[in-house]
Amino acid sequence: MDPKQKALLEHFQARIDAEEKIEPKDWMPDEYRKTLIRQISQHAHSEIVGMLPEGNWIGRAPSLRRKVALLAKVQDEAGHGLYLYGAAETLGADREDLIDELHQGKAKYSSIFNYPTLSWADIGAIGWLVDGAAIMNQVMLTRTSYGPYARAMVRICKEESFHQRQGYEILLALCRGTEAQKNMAQDALNRWWWPSLMMFGPSDKDSSHTEQSMKWKIKRKTNDELRQQFVDVTVPQADFLGITVPDPGLKWNEETGHYDFGEINWDEFWQVVKGNGPCNEQRMKARIKAHEEGAWVREAAMAYAEKRRKRKEREEAVRVA
Amino acid sequence: MTQQQAHFEYLLRLGDNALILGHRLSEWCGHGPVLEQDIAMTNISLDQVGQARSILAHAGAVEGKGRNEDNLAYLRDVWAYRNVLLVEQPNEDFAFTMVRQFLFDAFNFYLHEELKSSKDDQLRAIAEKSLKEIAYHLRFSSEWVIRLGDGTEESHRKMQHALNSLWTYTGELTTPDEVDKRMQEAGIGADLGRIQSLYDEKVAAILQEATLEQPPVKYMQSGGKNGKMHTEYLGYILAEMQFVQRAYPGMEW
Amino acid sequence: MTTKSNKKNWPLWEIFIRSKNGLSHKHVGSLHAADAEMAIENARDVYTRRNEGVSIWVVESKYITASSPNQKESLFDPADDKVYRHPTFYNLPDEVKHI
Repeated sequence: MDPKQKALLEHFQARIDAEEKIEPKDWMPDEYRKTLIRQISQHAHSEIVGMLPEGNWIGRAPSLRRKVALLAKVQDEAGHGLYLYGAAETLGADREDLIDELHQGKAKYSSIFNYPTLSWADIGAIGWLVDGAAIMNQVMLTRTSYGPYARAMVRICKEESFHQRQGYEILLALCRGTEAQKNMAQDALNRWWWPSLMMFGPSDKDSSHTEQSMKWKIKRKTNDELRQQFVDVTVPQADFLGITVPDPGLKWNEETGHYDFGEINWDEFWQVVKGNGPCNEQRMKARIKAHEEGAWVREAAMAYAEKRRKRKEREEAVRVA
Repeated sequence: MTQQQAHFEYLLRLGDNALILGHRLSEWCGHGPVLEQDIAMTNISLDQVGQARSILAHAGAVEGKGRNEDNLAYLRDVWAYRNVLLVEQPNEDFAFTMVRQFLFDAFNFYLHEELKSSKDDQLRAIAEKSLKEIAYHLRFSSEWVIRLGDGTEESHRKMQHALNSLWTYTGELTTPDEVDKRMQEAGIGADLGRIQSLYDEKVAAILQEATLEQPPVKYMQSGGKNGKMHTEYLGYILAEMQFVQRAYPGMEW
Repeated sequence: MTTKSNKKNWPLWEIFIRSKNGLSHKHVGSLHAADAEMAIENARDVYTRRNEGVSIWVVESKYITASSPNQKESLFDPADDKVYRHPTFYNLPDEVKHI
């Protein structure tokens, strides 16, 4: 490495170590930029694809109060995707290109959204578990080293605060309801528990990006740390609901002060990542359809804006003359 | 029909219009042509479902049989719904959705301007609040009608096609029937005659700016607001919307 | 920077919101829109869903000129030693009030 490059890198790392935020026009290693664009766009894609499983139930929400809450929540996900694409754009990426990469299968999104929503209780389970897991990650990311990403996360965390409560409240109503409703809640927990634990990503020993991301303070906690934190806060919440976490290996460990839990089925995880989850295909199909069918709308809006601009210029010219 | 029944019917019309159109728009959530418009359409949907909640709750109170907003939304079948035919029409594409929205918003705006002086205090209060939202909806849908009408050849064609298809449902909006007349006489409801001319003017102005042609009046469909004959689409909306309540009757959610 | 002049994508706009009268507009983020009017409406729907604002400014991102981080020292460090610009530089006896 040439000495100038080395000095820049050292200076960059020193700024990170001193908890200085990196801003868009600052010098940064290419790899830092690439890692961020990859991570932020994955995060944005997850928000957008994540609208689909929940969006399924907007039309079927069982009361008008639930309907507006769910609508507002799914709309927030669109907003969060938008903030995140915006953060990626400060790094020189283009939203349209990022979306193309998603549609071409080159970019990933959170695997959890490749699972189906089969009952109303799933909407409760997603809010409680999926948003709960996401919040753990996102709270950490409010302190990430890249300024625009951190600021987007602060905004997102503020807005997310109602999402998890919304989900838990749905389940609470079910668990305080009839036998049929409680069964519905238990079934949802059975299906969503393990995929939620997988949301934190592969175990630290198998995670290729963790070490460098920690050094650059893009990530500030490891996958396993966050996962443990999630299990520790979530198990008592399940107990309160009176439904059972589907893990025979789950038990409180006095010594460590944490819950021990069973082995995650990593084969399933990698299958879903590779595109073989129950809904991978439908999710991508829906996204591509929306994008393609929207093309004429986007194009027409640009054409009209252009026409109007020219018209205004002409009027201006006439006025001046 | 007693005065109370007419009053109840009138409120159902307002509530059902907001609910069904809000439901239709919510189908776009996650499928919009661009993120920004996805969010914008959901905002309108949220306004409308919000309006439906207030109006239906009030309708339940006027009826006096202990039905709340959810009983009315989830436990009535097609023939008991009182929304106009226009709002139950399917989304089809963004052109249909925006034309439908505009044709309804323009009516809804003048309607609520009138309802601001209703003698029904509760309705008046709801109308005052809703009017601010509806004024924004009308601005939004008018702009999109203009933008797409006067955009590209393709967008113009799609918009004209949507307009031609939906035009037949506009007559019902401003044609008064007995319920409308009685409510107008009682000072509760709006004067549809006055709205008619304002509506025609507004629609003509926006269509002109959008370079769209007003379709010739062939025949105007009706049967939504009096519940005599809805289109087949409403049944499917209700089948979806009411599924949980119907499958698990009498439970709290 | 990859700016796609060949593609007809909606341009990027920077959004500034005044959260209440008496405060300055503050940068909140960005979004895409075909023109300024649409940018304002989109900003209303995207950035003020929770009563965050009373006024919106939009500027197409390409019109923003930013100072270069390389010039940070020459631009900002010279202000470091101008202590006489701060009130604490001036010593007055405690008996003097309201100054």
